[in-house]
Amino acid sequence: MTEQPHFDVIVIGGGPAGVAAAVQADAKRLSVLLIDEQERAGGQVYRWNGVGIDAGPGAEMRARLAASGVRTAFSHRCWHVQPDRTVRCTGPDGNMTFTADALILATGASERVTPVPGWTTPGVVGLAAATILLKSEGVLPGRNVVVAGCGPLLLFVAAKIIAGGGQVAAIVDRNGPSDWLSCLPAAMTNPKLGMEGAGWALSLLKRGTPIHFNSRIVAVNGDDEVQAVSVAAVGENASSSAHSIACDALCYGDGLMPATEMTRLLHADHDFDAALGGWHVRADAHRRTSLDRIYACGDGAGVMGAAAAPVQGRIAALAAAWDLGKMDEARFEAETQRLSRYGQRVSRFGAAMTGLTVAGVRVPLTGSEMICRCESVSHDELERAVAAGAVTVNAVKAATRCGMGPCGGRYCVPSVAKIIAAHEQVDVSRIAPGTARPPLRPVPVGTLMGDFAYEDIPFREPAPL
Amino acid sequence: MTAHFDLIVIGGGIMGCASAIRAAQHGMRVAMIERASIGGGASGVNAGTLSLQIKRVKLMPYALAGHRIWEEAGEQVGFAKTGGLTLAFTDVEAEQLRERMTAKREAGAPIHFLSQAEVREKAPNLCERVKLASWCAEDGYANSSLTGTYYRAALREAGVTIIEGADAPLLARAKGGFQARIADEEVHGTRILLACGAGLEPAMAMFGVHIPVRVRVNSVSVTERAPRLVDPVIGHVTGLLTLKQKGNGTVLIGGGWQGRIDERTGASEVDPETIIPNLQLAQFVLPALARLRVVRCWTGFEVNVADFYPLAGPLPGVEGAYVLGCVRGGYTIGPYIGRLMGDLIAGREPEMPLFDPARLLAAAVQ
Ligand SMILES: Cc1cc2nc3c(=O)[nH]c(=O)nc-3n(C[C@H](O)[C@H](O)[C@H](O)COP(=O)(O)OP(=O)(O)OC[C@H]3O[C@@H](n4cnc5c(N)ncnc54)[C@H](O)[C@@H]3O)c2cc1C
Ligand SMILES: Cc1cc2nc3c(=O)[nH]c(=O)nc-3n(C[C@H](O)[C@H](O)[C@H](O)COP(=O)(O)OP(=O)(O)OC[C@H]3O[C@@H](n4cnc5c(N)ncnc54)[C@H](O)[C@@H]3O)c2cc1C
Repeated sequence: MTEQPHFDVIVIGGGPAGVAAAVQADAKRLSVLLIDEQERAGGQVYRWNGVGIDAGPGAEMRARLAASGVRTAFSHRCWHVQPDRTVRCTGPDGNMTFTADALILATGASERVTPVPGWTTPGVVGLAAATILLKSEGVLPGRNVVVAGCGPLLLFVAAKIIAGGGQVAAIVDRNGPSDWLSCLPAAMTNPKLGMEGAGWALSLLKRGTPIHFNSRIVAVNGDDEVQAVSVAAVGENASSSAHSIACDALCYGDGLMPATEMTRLLHADHDFDAALGGWHVRADAHRRTSLDRIYACGDGAGVMGAAAAPVQGRIAALAAAWDLGKMDEARFEAETQRLSRYGQRVSRFGAAMTGLTVAGVRVPLTGSEMICRCESVSHDELERAVAAGAVTVNAVKAATRCGMGPCGGRYCVPSVAKIIAAHEQVDVSRIAPGTARPPLRPVPVGTLMGDFAYEDIPFREPAPL
Repeated sequence: MTAHFDLIVIGGGIMGCASAIRAAQHGMRVAMIERASIGGGASGVNAGTLSLQIKRVKLMPYALAGHRIWEEAGEQVGFAKTGGLTLAFTDVEAEQLRERMTAKREAGAPIHFLSQAEVREKAPNLCERVKLASWCAEDGYANSSLTGTYYRAALREAGVTIIEGADAPLLARAKGGFQARIADEEVHGTRILLACGAGLEPAMAMFGVHIPVRVRVNSVSVTERAPRLVDPVIGHVTGLLTLKQKGNGTVLIGGGWQGRIDERTGASEVDPETIIPNLQLAQFVLPALARLRVVRCWTGFEVNVADFYPLAGPLPGVEGAYVLGCVRGGYTIGPYIGRLMGDLIAGREPEMPLFDPARLLAAAVQ
């Protein structure tokens, strides 16, 4: 790796978007480095579980990558990127610096979990996180599980729990039947996935699994483990209408949020769109961000799902090839137009699925719950800080430490924005996310430093006396 | 809409806030105009070191007074008096340390030198290569993140009108004083104080005063929480390291290593090329750091003028206008020098001399 730290293209993220981008760029005879912190390519959907035979679409993807000329740096965690496309990551050999003429960001999304009182009780698992448990580890989150939140993963997780021999105590869905029905036309565009979803739904119906539509979790009960959840209708007062459902685990999630920490660190322009998961980096039809030769694709640039991700990845790679003068215009136009048309078709399904999670973007908070798990900051404390005049995410963070922990505010900032928005009586889309700071992931000091001697430290003259 | 005040203060850092509060306490009607949020600039992101050992000799009395003010604020600002060690690792550094700390002691800081055994007793986990160390029992730290919360409450209590989020106010002379135009609002003041940190040079220029102000970008890093490793605040003779373990177990590392300025947005940014040597020095001094994860690095603007002394006094040639900023160690000194400024503006005699900005005009002409 070390002999050639400069590449035509660096791709960060080895999920469907990033792999497609890397392979496409390689096909255009660009030198490509693909970086991912996981041990192998696959990203979230096609994560390799490390045991047994590698099969399915993930395996195909990994085979395509292996057959290409793309250089890979797995188990490498990016902790810093610069607008001049310098990328720094830590890996088995310590801190590495790479540069590129074009940088493609494909860093995916993370899960939105709306805090409710008791949500930090052991036994509460994110809905998307549960898919990983179920898929790659074959572990059931509990024996009698409530599955709650919104979006397609409700069906998937519930069906997988049953298939794995568990019991689903209830599904609690923020949406109603009409929301699901409105997805049908889009679901038809991908008959395979559509049928799969219908199959899950059917299996649940057959089992008589209770489904509470237009409902939400208002509290998780139990001290050291989940014992029950309180459920109330959406829009109704929790204290008057809630009822309790006994369970030993809760899988709970409100869709995905694009990972913006890298693009915010770069000071790229961002937009808010609930239908794409909230804040996301702005990218044009050819996946160009507002920064020179920096591109964004996949869920990280707005949640569109696993089918759209590789198409966007390929378009990003073509745009990079064109911008680097490695393609002629006619080819570029023809190939990107073809991909765009195809992308529009396959994106409809994912867009409709993300549409089902819009219900989770603006849900009000309950009142007394813990918001920042890393620093133990409660809703009340945040409200007090906002009332005392801290009305930006940065000011709230300074006043309360909310977001200062190892997660870097990834999970709590949307809640902070809601509290500020409620106080200022504006929509959450008006509340800018806070300033992003490196490292993008916590890094051990010793790993960053490598070996050094005191004498090598570049001391300057002391300040004037 | 126009609102009238006796004084408008531009910039809600420590300098502006402390001055505004003092002037209000003297009975002036004061408006605070802040571009972003109170304490959102250097005053809210600095390393929070309250160390007499890194203060300039001539500023020592101001730093001593600043310490006392922060000590009174106590818990509200996370004040902790831990004592501080400054370290030298080579003969040359030891010589420097001896010379510098002797001068500071003569200026009134209670600093003395420690034997190696004494160093080990005060901070057993430090690197064993220490050649010479100085100690000041007055040293400690406060939590600069709380600057905004603390001063916003204090401004409110003093009856200062706060206008935050006032992006790029247009400043000008107006009949009977000054005006600041923010969107469609106009704020009028008989007097004006420019205390806008890294924005000082352009703000002074709006009144035709041209004093070169050098804008620098300082960096700070913080680790995850860790068991107790070190009690005193630690410095290096060059000033290129400040290190402290806060009450919550996180270790804060600074030392004035330079970051960058983002070309597109003008924001200050971390430069990994300087963060790494900063952390190397920290790890050299406290080897146990190697295992801890850095969770965040950030930056802020630090500004200075040619002679590295404060700009603190009347804005030359502009009757009724004042300027305060460019104070080295401004977190420590700010609350006090701000009071002096508030006294001056309210027509009282400050108990200590200020630093007349006119000195820099004269130098510029030469
Ligand atoms: C927890 C989770 C579970 C999901 N489960 C499913 C599912 O079961 N079915 C489904 O259809 N969709 C699922 N999704 C949605 C799915 O992720 C996307 O539709 C699809 O994977 C998007 O592909 P992508 O390439 O954009 O991002 P991803 O597949 O998320 O890939 C992003 C990659 O970037 C890497 N990365 C990010 N930051 C860094 C960094 N700083 N340094 C190094 N590497 C980095 C990550 O390790 C990851 O491999 C899930 C999402 C999440 C968050
Ligand atoms: C990283 C770092 C570490 C430091 N560590 C220490 C330390 O450990 N100990 C110590 O004593 N000192 C330290 N300092 C120095 C100290 O923080 C500063 O000297 C002090 O905070 C400066 O206060 P100020 O009010 O002048 O500036 P600031 O706090 O920067 O306040 C200026 C304010 O003016 C606003 N503003 C700018 N332009 C305009 C405009 N046109 N209109 C309206 N508002 C405007 C800004 O938004 C800002 O809020 C450090 C500084 C930095 C950057």
